[in-house]
Amino acid sequence: MAILSKDEAQAILQKVLSYSTADACTVGLSGRTTGNIRYARNSVSTAGAQDTVSLTVEASFGKRSGIATCNEFDEATLRRCVQRAEEIAHLAPESPEYMPPLGPQTYLNPPSAATTPLTPTGRAQAAADSMALCAAKNLAAAGFLDGGTRFTALRNSKGLEAYQQLTSTNFSVTVRTPDGRGSGYALGDVTDVAKLNTKALTQRAADKATGSLGAKAIEPGKYTVILEPAALMAGDDLSLLGGLMSSLDARSADEGRSFLTKKGGGNRRGEKLFDERINIYSDPMNAEVPGQAFDGDGLPTQRMSWVEKGVVKNLYYSRFWAQKNNVAPTAYPSGFIMAGGTQSTADLIKGTAKGILVTRLWYIREVDPQTLLYTGLTRDGTFYIENGAIKFPIKNLRFNESPIIMLNNIEAIGRPVRLAGCLVPPLKIRDFTFTSLSDAV
Amino acid sequence: MNRRDFVGLTGLGATALLLPSLPGFGAQRVDPSRLLEPGADTILKKRLADAALNAAKSAGASYADVRIGRSLNQYVFAREKQVQNIVSTESYGVGIRVLVNGCWGFASTSVVTEASLVATARLAAEIAKADAKIQKEPVQLAAQKGYGEVSWRTPIVQNAFEVPVKQKADLLLAANAAAMDAGASYINSALFQVNEQKYFASTDGSYIDQDVHRLWPTFNVTAVDTKSGKFRSREALSAPVGLGYEYLTPSAAEQVRGPQGTDTIGYKLRYDLLADAALAGKQAKAKLGMKSVTPGKYDLVLDPGHLGLTIHESVGHPTELDRVLGYEANFAGTSFATLDWKAKNLPYGSKEVNIVADKLQPGAVGTVGYDDEGVKTKEWDIIQAGKLVDYQKIRDQAHIVGQKESDGCCYAQSWEDVQFQRMDNISLKPRPTPLSVDELVSKVDKGIYIAGAGSFSIDQQRFNFQFGGQLFFAIEKGKITEPLEDVAYQSNTQEFWGACAGSCDQRDYRLFGTFFDGKGQPMQSSSVSHGSATTRFNGVNVINTARKV
Repeated sequence: MAILSKDEAQAILQKVLSYSTADACTVGLSGRTTGNIRYARNSVSTAGAQDTVSLTVEASFGKRSGIATCNEFDEATLRRCVQRAEEIAHLAPESPEYMPPLGPQTYLNPPSAATTPLTPTGRAQAAADSMALCAAKNLAAAGFLDGGTRFTALRNSKGLEAYQQLTSTNFSVTVRTPDGRGSGYALGDVTDVAKLNTKALTQRAADKATGSLGAKAIEPGKYTVILEPAALMAGDDLSLLGGLMSSLDARSADEGRSFLTKKGGGNRRGEKLFDERINIYSDPMNAEVPGQAFDGDGLPTQRMSWVEKGVVKNLYYSRFWAQKNNVAPTAYPSGFIMAGGTQSTADLIKGTAKGILVTRLWYIREVDPQTLLYTGLTRDGTFYIENGAIKFPIKNLRFNESPIIMLNNIEAIGRPVRLAGCLVPPLKIRDFTFTSLSDAV
Repeated sequence: MNRRDFVGLTGLGATALLLPSLPGFGAQRVDPSRLLEPGADTILKKRLADAALNAAKSAGASYADVRIGRSLNQYVFAREKQVQNIVSTESYGVGIRVLVNGCWGFASTSVVTEASLVATARLAAEIAKADAKIQKEPVQLAAQKGYGEVSWRTPIVQNAFEVPVKQKADLLLAANAAAMDAGASYINSALFQVNEQKYFASTDGSYIDQDVHRLWPTFNVTAVDTKSGKFRSREALSAPVGLGYEYLTPSAAEQVRGPQGTDTIGYKLRYDLLADAALAGKQAKAKLGMKSVTPGKYDLVLDPGHLGLTIHESVGHPTELDRVLGYEANFAGTSFATLDWKAKNLPYGSKEVNIVADKLQPGAVGTVGYDDEGVKTKEWDIIQAGKLVDYQKIRDQAHIVGQKESDGCCYAQSWEDVQFQRMDNISLKPRPTPLSVDELVSKVDKGIYIAGAGSFSIDQQRFNFQFGGQLFFAIEKGKITEPLEDVAYQSNTQEFWGACAGSCDQRDYRLFGTFFDGKGQPMQSSSVSHGSATTRFNGVNVINTARKV
């Protein structure tokens, strides 16, 4: 029963709400039918499948709230769940930041996928093809394919009703040479699994692996770099752009503990902090990266500009912080879009006299929240560029750099591609700071 | 949940160490009183497990194990004067792993009945049969004798769930007040409590009942200077521990003073939350006006609350055999310490470096009696006098290094996840002869003392790393002279451990720990501790992390 239709989900939620005796009650249903396969050394290591539905009840009396959950849907269980949420609410301390539930909202209808997600056999076949491609070239593949369908439904005692179904499939693969001296990586994520080409991605990782053999050491320092999208955004790790976008919080800026804090108090919304070519927005209706139509509170998402011509246009305001500051609250988007031009990574390389091509950045951690300084390393394919062409692979390097500085040192912005539910262009940046060499391959 | 989501969700980004995924997140929310109710008895669990094992054997399994898990968690969060959230969760279900045609199959269910377990065992066998067709390396499982019916429990004094929620919330609010009174502008505090009730049964004839407890009080204090827009923070110097609520009863005997002139206090197996919060408020405020470090080579003196994370990243991970072999190549990475590298007998570190794996260590968060594939846990040597002597390995890996038995370090974060090789408690042995921290510092001509773990990053083969910290002090001519800011050090694993000039003795020995060691796809979190005494490393490259934006 994992994927319920809008009517099935709302019928359950309506019944659950009818059991509530609280001042306010919000109920949510979410479920997923997903599966994965993992392989390494050209052999399957694990495979799994998940088929779950869960109900959450949040009951409030005044400013006291309690939450209970269950995953069985007979009437007795549903009644007990509501009762338990109400009991917990009575015992809870009053929250000075309590916000009553939202009333009815109007939601956008983001585009959905036309294709049914992969079956276990389909996943096994994709993995087998990826491994076969590498085995034929005497290379070792390690990959992970994970995907399926999820739904979320919300309803509350003020009349709010929300429902959305989303599909997604993620694939990543690392290909290594048998001597361990070459390594390449590629990843992709799609809403419609028909658009996922695991063979092409494996081929790209294989090319990076063989191309990175015989890497030379160069002196650390400031270099012009071309950061491929996977060096800017990651699906399973912190990233330079992901880190920046999750730091646009109004409250921490207003409280004085963010790079967006203004000297003397307040925040830097409206200030030009980046190169004027930088434009970042979110749009749940984008055909290539359809997003969530509402956030956890039921607040509708909409097209929203975060950075326009280098100016910070908007910050995230929670409902509580928005009310306190007399501004509109901001729904937290499921992804963002960084606008770009038409040049591919290959075009950017052609236009570069001297520089470094970075496939991927790894183990990124914040060093100083005051300046949003991050450290991390290049990984799985780093190359030296001279006179518009890749000359030779180079050893990996550690960087210490802030996305704020980086987005002021823009030389060129390429064509955005989908990555981790976002659209991210390759960027050519001058004076990117590498601080030491690594022997890692 | 991945790292990115988690950091965004908690707002405790810096505190949420290593690939975080809150244990129990997504489990059923329950009333706190439920956390003290007993789970199913071992008679019922044995009957259920036998049914599943028989079904697995009938479906063609040459080996099978069943894990009936009940996971109980409670989290209390507070900021300044308010309790933000109290969450109690319970998760109950069964994971079944079978070996059919030389291939593993795994399936899990939250429906704990005989019929459901039989069906789940059959499903696991079906998955194994399907994947065996594209399997290239058949599993070779090290033999393991059955232990019969045995049990193990974390030796706790007081179950944290027996302490009323209000008392715990009041303790956090008192800590918050202590920090604010001492100069903090903000404080986020949290108390994590975990009880894993694990029943393991296998076709080897083991029926193992375990009751595992863990606790972690922590906070992050921020001081703000509105005029300049500058802010600085200081995290708790506590550690996640394999102890009960007794960890929160302060004891002078369990406190260790840092070097003279530093005003720092480290904690062994008892923690003083209020004293540490007050000190953190004072230190965070002082950080707003500290001298910025001059980059260069320094002799580093690292306290155990800091060094534990460096041990974790630069010794714990590279000596995990699955990483060495390439099974983690697509996510966490591989290792420089390959079988070929080990065969060359090159030094991992100086002769001062002796590192052990110990899954029995009292107070450590990774400590259990038996691992998640029915192997009794033990202590063994990883590095002896600077040479790598062994890896961390489980039953299907032992044959690869010519060994006959597992080290007992197999773990799954819950019943619904498949078990695999995870890091043991990996610790640096203290100096066998007496040496105090003041004596250690007195011999340093130009150095920096670092307390507490901060920013951390290391490459995918564990060569190049960079670490920050919580508190930094300059050492000149054998004396602590002044506090410093903007300090991080960069080194290479073999160079760093090669520069190890020895530790203090057992009196200074303490545990660092984490709840959030992440590995695998889908990612799983595991808890692990790392012990050491304060240790000196000569001539390490220190950078200045201050920037202008």
